[in-house]
Amino acid sequence: MLELPRDLFEAMIAHARRDHPDEACGVLAGRAGQPARIIPMANAERSPTFYRFDAMEQLRVWREMDAADEEPVVIYHSHTATEAYPSRTDISFAAEPDAHYVLVSTRPELGEAAEVRSFRILAGVVDEEPVRVLD
Amino acid sequence: MAIEVRIPTILRSYTGGAKAVDGAGDTLDSLLTDLDGKHPGLRGRLVADDGALHRFVNVYVNDEDVRFLGGLQAPLGDGDSVTVLPAVAGGAS
Repeated sequence: MLELPRDLFEAMIAHARRDHPDEACGVLAGRAGQPARIIPMANAERSPTFYRFDAMEQLRVWREMDAADEEPVVIYHSHTATEAYPSRTDISFAAEPDAHYVLVSTRPELGEAAEVRSFRILAGVVDEEPVRVLD
Repeated sequence: MAIEVRIPTILRSYTGGAKAVDGAGDTLDSLLTDLDGKHPGLRGRLVADDGALHRFVNVYVNDEDVRFLGGLQAPLGDGDSVTVLPAVAGGAS
């Protein structure tokens, strides 16, 4: 189960909509598995079908988290034409065993509705988990 | 000549859980060979079958991405620090 404060949940969706039709990506940093702040990252690929954190920005953010004793509790990205389910590429790159991988779909059929789903991805195995938004 | 290498969570199974290990070498290539002697298998997670750095990892020397320093041929000196991070990437296709 992933528990997300409402403001972070809304901020991820807003980021995904802002960057649509390109994929948006970022991190929710926090301690002890509790997401506390959002760090929207640049998509170095600027692509509607692929994302990659900029390597230098990632180094800076990872060091910042390290210094603050934080971890990447959530790694999120959007799919802009397909459902919020990890693709083969997502699975092959997933390498933070403790992170929740959150997908936000902004595919047009959804209209105003948001589709946000969370997964654990370990050694190629995908496990969906419920998302609970905390008000 | 000691070079500190910071290891990401996913690869700490090769270092007995250590977040950082010391190695030696005057290039990234020789450093990774040295590390593989102490932590067998680690090099294979960083270097692909074609002999280049794996696209699934980012490797930095001090604050520089090694892709811009010559990749595996990036020169190293005493006191340099090397950081390994998993590349965060993916997408719908």
